[in-house]
Amino acid sequence: MNISEYKDVYVFVEQREGKVQNVAFELLGKARDLADSLNEKVVAILLGYNMENIADELIAFGADSVICTDDRELEYYNTEPYTQAICQIINERKPGIVLIGATIVGRDLGPRLSARLATGLTADCTKLEISETRELLMTRPAFGGNLMATILCTAHRPQMSTVRPGVMRAREKDESRKGETEKISIRFDRSKFRVRIVKTVKEKKDMIDITEAKILISGGRGVGTEKGFDELRALAAAIGGKTEVSSSRAMVDAGVMEHTRQVGQTGKTVRPGLYLACGISGAIQHLAGMEESEFIIAINKDKYAPIFQVADLGIVGDVHKIIPLLTERFTKK
Amino acid sequence: MIRDFAEKEVKPLAAEIDEQERFPIETVEKMAKTGIMGIPVPTQYGGSGGNNIMYSIAVEELSRVCATTGVIVSAHTSLCLAPILEHGTEDQKQKYIPKLASGEYIGAFGLTEPNAGTDASAQQTMAVADGDKWILNGNKIFITNAGYAQVYVIFAMTDKSQGVKGITAFIVEKGTPGFTFGKKELKMGIRGSATAELVFENCIIPKENLLGKVGGGFSIAMKTLDGGRIGIASQALGIAQGAMDETVKYVKERKQFGKALGKFQNTQFQLADLETKIQASRLLVRSAAFKKDSHIPYSDAAAMCKLFAAETAMEVTTKAVQFHGGYGYTREYPVERMMRDAKITEIYEGTSEVQRMVIAAALLK
Amino acid sequence: MKIIVCIKQVPNTTEIKINPVTGTLIRDGVVSIMNPDDKGGLEEALKLKDKYNAHVTVITMGLPQADDILREALAMGADRAILLTDRKLGGADTLATSNALAAALRQLEFDLVITGRQAIDGDTAQVGPQIAEHLDLPQVTYLENLEYDGKKTFTIKKSTEDGYQILEVDAPCVVTVLASANKARYMSVRGIVETYDREVEIWGFDKLGIAEEKVGLKGSPTKVHKAFTRGVKAAGEMFETDAEEAVGIIMSKLKEKYII
Repeated sequence: MNISEYKDVYVFVEQREGKVQNVAFELLGKARDLADSLNEKVVAILLGYNMENIADELIAFGADSVICTDDRELEYYNTEPYTQAICQIINERKPGIVLIGATIVGRDLGPRLSARLATGLTADCTKLEISETRELLMTRPAFGGNLMATILCTAHRPQMSTVRPGVMRAREKDESRKGETEKISIRFDRSKFRVRIVKTVKEKKDMIDITEAKILISGGRGVGTEKGFDELRALAAAIGGKTEVSSSRAMVDAGVMEHTRQVGQTGKTVRPGLYLACGISGAIQHLAGMEESEFIIAINKDKYAPIFQVADLGIVGDVHKIIPLLTERFTKK
Repeated sequence: MIRDFAEKEVKPLAAEIDEQERFPIETVEKMAKTGIMGIPVPTQYGGSGGNNIMYSIAVEELSRVCATTGVIVSAHTSLCLAPILEHGTEDQKQKYIPKLASGEYIGAFGLTEPNAGTDASAQQTMAVADGDKWILNGNKIFITNAGYAQVYVIFAMTDKSQGVKGITAFIVEKGTPGFTFGKKELKMGIRGSATAELVFENCIIPKENLLGKVGGGFSIAMKTLDGGRIGIASQALGIAQGAMDETVKYVKERKQFGKALGKFQNTQFQLADLETKIQASRLLVRSAAFKKDSHIPYSDAAAMCKLFAAETAMEVTTKAVQFHGGYGYTREYPVERMMRDAKITEIYEGTSEVQRMVIAAALLK
Repeated sequence: MKIIVCIKQVPNTTEIKINPVTGTLIRDGVVSIMNPDDKGGLEEALKLKDKYNAHVTVITMGLPQADDILREALAMGADRAILLTDRKLGGADTLATSNALAAALRQLEFDLVITGRQAIDGDTAQVGPQIAEHLDLPQVTYLENLEYDGKKTFTIKKSTEDGYQILEVDAPCVVTVLASANKARYMSVRGIVETYDREVEIWGFDKLGIAEEKVGLKGSPTKVHKAFTRGVKAAGEMFETDAEEAVGIIMSKLKEKYII
């Protein structure tokens, strides 16, 4: 393998029913940084059928060029046709780096590709940088987030990695950016299409499992009542995404919140990206269940409340005033 | 495996069944599925094919999170399965063991009476032979698993003039005419376990349900209790270990005067002493179980392990509550329940005083 | 029907803590367990055994102590256990691991290969699809439910971000299973007792019939450049101010931390 033949940063653009997933824009933003430091190009791979105007949007978010298909076989994601299409592109174009969103689609596709191409794949990267030797430094968490590891793929190309949605930042959309769009056709080996899609069902998944929430807005005695929790729910709705409302034990005992939403020793242990503790004093049993959250903001009237000892940001104040204001700010956004 | 089972299936219910004084029938069904209801029973009778050491570990692990569950298994296995297995005829074994070992049936044991507690020889329940059956009259009290058990090993006087040699054992099934349940006890601890009175009024028992020989009952009862003491010692050990685990967790987290409780030397020294006693209990219990498995006389070993483990459980749980301070006295933490549960281990299947009698008798014979 | 379940022994990561002073991982006393998704996969296989009398083989690649999880699998009801262990297989990334496992699977007969979706130590979710590719088999990942027609077709419910898909695939194939798909059964006490006397087959590199440069450290395109812990948490900031300003502080902090 002549590594020097491989260049440019390719991004797999995941679309569902013609709608580009946000993670693709985030990857394009990161790809732009990487390509700039390598002095190379960003190329978006857009697989699908009947997708007008999407290519321009990808350019506006940072792509220099877009390779797209217009093929019925690629209308909905299925492992084999997508793998064949991308392998064909990679084998012909020889990219140096390929980025894929770590969605359920990306995590199905990525390893299949890496095995077919016999190259490395680093999953769920949280940081991507270019080294002094122009290699891709891929940093990812391991052991449930307890350890970070930086991975290199020195002797194989392309260097592939998947990145979770929400980890990288998309660039501001720039409609003035110009780029090329190239439509290609894929030579399929249909004898290998062996998985049949019977149906695809959308359902609103009830995010009752607070351990999976990315943001938790948690209420304690200071929130007080059902009405107080309505304020927290309004804020959660305004923030959106995987934002959920949880509670301290006191509010569960008071019958205001259900037990499945209780954080703490006798409830659940949570590790969200943001834990917003509202009116929670922070008894040790509660802290045991949330102190490993990535970022903790505490709002409490009592400035000596133990919750402030674990908070990254502490606000001494009234939750009933601050929360509605915060909701307003998010609603306006 | 048992620890995993205990943590996931038993622990979540422990506080609730205590609070509601509710028999955890759903847990028994789950234990039946995994073979916990028939551990030291040969596979030919549908058991798990394990030994008494494994059984002891299982009761310990269950009791570590819930002493009620521990005693359900212990009474079932040691006090009902074991005597039928050891003293039953082949027909009796075929009839009862597979159902008991699979957990389809729960077992119980009836020896204690209002006037025959520690002095089991003072039996007032009478069984009179009548052709091809026995007619049973009398009351048994404090019977674990009462009402939920389908099979009861019952002791009755068949010849009062013979004293303890006049006591005979019977297998009595729930639903036998003349067999009813009396008062359910409201207890201090192990509140989820069913403890009630058995009432026999002209209860007719078929001849084939005689267990062992006529007049052989007292010996069966004593041998059965020897085995039962291993079960109860394992339960006590589990309670002590559970309280220790809770305490260790707590003293690492709880801060007073600016440092964790666990950093104080007083805490450290007390915990070290308690841990040593727990480990000593464990070795005594396992050693008694090993002797039983190896068919070495173990009567005194069983008495020693029960005496020591029960008193250790009481000490550890009392101190665990003290370490937890005010929180320990509340029902938010499990240690108060453990302290209440521990007390019974010094009482049932022979009080600590009885254990000392057994040990001394073996020593001075 | 013959099923092979690939399982992995992992440290129970929920028990791993960071030493707050040195910032290093505390792994002492952390127990090793069967990876939860793999256990879900094993349960799926055992359900097929209950219903269709399938023969279930479990295989793991790892250190000799991985014998523990194979015996656990046997006590749960698996019929055959294979431990793939060899120094030459050590230091493998996902691709090299999948090469070794695929080579082992080529020695066995099967209608269905089951793996867990991902392992809790690495969280990569790559080995299952990579095995499928090496064996040129179709794959279905994120399996939530599986139905079998008793002949050759599997109907699979696959979990997606916003719902689910129903997919059909014929044997032989590879599926990756979520722990949440099943509540795994416990080992039976009888199973544990009997497992003491059962055989766990040990396979070394020589058994695989694969080139040495395909497996282990040599066969791994990716290499760990460095590993580090996230370090100790710094003391937080405190503000005592009016609501309006407090909201401003919160918003700017959230932006700074990329939370919004």
